[in-house]
Amino acid sequence: MTKRVLEVSDLKKHFPIRGGLLGGTVGYVYAVDGVSFHIDQGETLSLVGESGCGKSTVGKSVLRLFPLTSGQVVLNGKRIDDMSTGTLRPLRRQIQVVFQDPFSSLNPRLRVREILAEPIRNFGLANSEAEIDEKVGQLMDKVRLPRDAVNRWPHEFSGGQRQRICIARALAAEPDIIVCDEAVSALDVSVKAQIVNLLQDLQAELGLAMLFISHDLAIVEHMTHRVAVMYLGQIVEVADRKQLFGAPRHPYTEALLSAVPVPMPGAARERIVLQGDVPSPIKPPPGCRFHTRCPYAFDRCRKEVPRLQDNGAGHQAACHLHDLPAEQNPLLNKAPPTAFRAA
Amino acid sequence: MSEMDNRPMLLEVDNLQTHFRTMDGVNRAVDGVSFHVRSGETLAIVGESGCGKSVTAMSILRLIPEPPGKIAGAIRFQGKDLLKASDREMRDIRGNEISMIFQEPMTSLNPVLTNGQQIGETLRLHQGMSAQQAEARAIEMLKLVGIPEPERRVREYPHQLSGGMRQRVMIAIALACNPKLLIADEPTTALDVTIQAQILDLMRDLKTSVGAAIVIITHDLGVVAEVAERVVVMYAGRKVEEARVGDLFRTPRHPYTQGLLGSVPKLGSSLTGETTRLAEIPGLVPSLKQRIPGCVFATRCPKVTELCRAVPPALQEKAPGHIAACHYAEVEGVAAA
Repeated sequence: MTKRVLEVSDLKKHFPIRGGLLGGTVGYVYAVDGVSFHIDQGETLSLVGESGCGKSTVGKSVLRLFPLTSGQVVLNGKRIDDMSTGTLRPLRRQIQVVFQDPFSSLNPRLRVREILAEPIRNFGLANSEAEIDEKVGQLMDKVRLPRDAVNRWPHEFSGGQRQRICIARALAAEPDIIVCDEAVSALDVSVKAQIVNLLQDLQAELGLAMLFISHDLAIVEHMTHRVAVMYLGQIVEVADRKQLFGAPRHPYTEALLSAVPVPMPGAARERIVLQGDVPSPIKPPPGCRFHTRCPYAFDRCRKEVPRLQDNGAGHQAACHLHDLPAEQNPLLNKAPPTAFRAA
Repeated sequence: MSEMDNRPMLLEVDNLQTHFRTMDGVNRAVDGVSFHVRSGETLAIVGESGCGKSVTAMSILRLIPEPPGKIAGAIRFQGKDLLKASDREMRDIRGNEISMIFQEPMTSLNPVLTNGQQIGETLRLHQGMSAQQAEARAIEMLKLVGIPEPERRVREYPHQLSGGMRQRVMIAIALACNPKLLIADEPTTALDVTIQAQILDLMRDLKTSVGAAIVIITHDLGVVAEVAERVVVMYAGRKVEEARVGDLFRTPRHPYTQGLLGSVPKLGSSLTGETTRLAEIPGLVPSLKQRIPGCVFATRCPKVTELCRAVPPALQEKAPGHIAACHYAEVEGVAAA
């Protein structure tokens, strides 16, 4: 039986907008508005979506980097959303993070050894300096950096190497789950492949759970088990990788997949180009939030909010089209947007 | 070449060398790069950060400050060497015959001028239009790049537009004077995928309607496959491979290109069961501050031999229209030199 590491239910995070004469709250940015998901041991769940959809806010919320508006976050069976920061402190060992920019997320005044020793010391994971040194050495092996590099400064490393240091620092706390917030997005193509392979190896070796936040759909498909697609603060579709990429059940997912340029010149496929931009999360549209850009929107979409519905095979989507008879549903009975023939 | 391209030659870059003097030696950002662009053609220059692709673009428009930069070689635009042109002549060319789109639509527009003023600026400068004429043309341009309500948008400021809309304004500015060559430096990198799809579609449409040649600089192989006719692959300041887009993706001949193509996962991989490990290119790009004696890719190449470390491979036609700089790339369909 696999262990459930993280369970999030109905998570909301609304950022107040200050303004007016007295600096009062004049509105809210509905960054995350009712998001639920879970991650098991050894599993990777990807959160995908375009900028401003709230995927990073979800990551920061489960890390408790700021207080939540409402909702529950359960880490290894313990509710952490309403915990005081003092009680939460020792539990922070269980959930660690790797950020996007390896240049700004390492302290330039600490040597690599100190960067990696900090979490070990903080959580009391070693009894002596010698033990710390040994652990730091093992971490360097794990992320495939030479052990003698521990005495160097962050600026002496390339972007990919720094991201390895960030991963080693996350592993130093011996976590159960790692949040990767666009962890490979800033890296060059060839370096990206190295880090993706490293993350996959580490997961297999250590049985880590991973919340992989990314906008790069090809990488997501390559390395995750399940995928959740976000749009304007809500999850519109969740499914296994194969289901989602093979037969998307939400028009947004379908359009997103068809918009990714593929490295196959002349590949024949149908492209759905969405019109317009993502609406503002300050004033999300009523009804289905995607209806302003959806090519299939009908009356009901403008009034009624669709709920996430399971198709019976664990594939959930929030779309009214699935209440129509199957032959009238434009999402069904067609070739997936990811299947293309090379010309 | 089997299929002759008869379109007239527009730009010829010949042995371009752009070096920068730095505190710890000369940085050979671009070191002997040659390529050409024909009228109406789309050429992509691909490579990873630091390979010299953006410096190449900046060099064409002579936007490199000298010193610390130093540009050598020849850049012939319609037969005229831009490196020998006076500053005045260059000003007449920039934004008029050759224009450029930059990566960051957020920072490359002037926040205190309206969209209309920024589009009109090039028109008034190069074509001597009056303010009224320029605004009318600006509205026309905004319509062309698909901005709704152009009459209102023309008087608005860049901060009132989204990222995708701002990039459309950038394209409108670049195309206002009907340039013969458009240089686009990572035009969609800062945009979301659905917006990227809109901009790529727009660039393809505009190419047929306006007929400008495009040099697109990118690191995204997907974008290359979608828009380019011909591709130049750069590595460590050199051109390592050049081919028509179909040939390059079908049979990459340089080990670096092969590695690059192997290291990107393809969408749809979970359906075909191709979710094996990604190919890695081990190691790092070499420092450009030291002279590299042999092949620039030798330190990371899986097929490296003593020959590669000692002798730089010449760019050679390995197949019709397909050039690569590798001692060991297979030769097909052309007489080996």
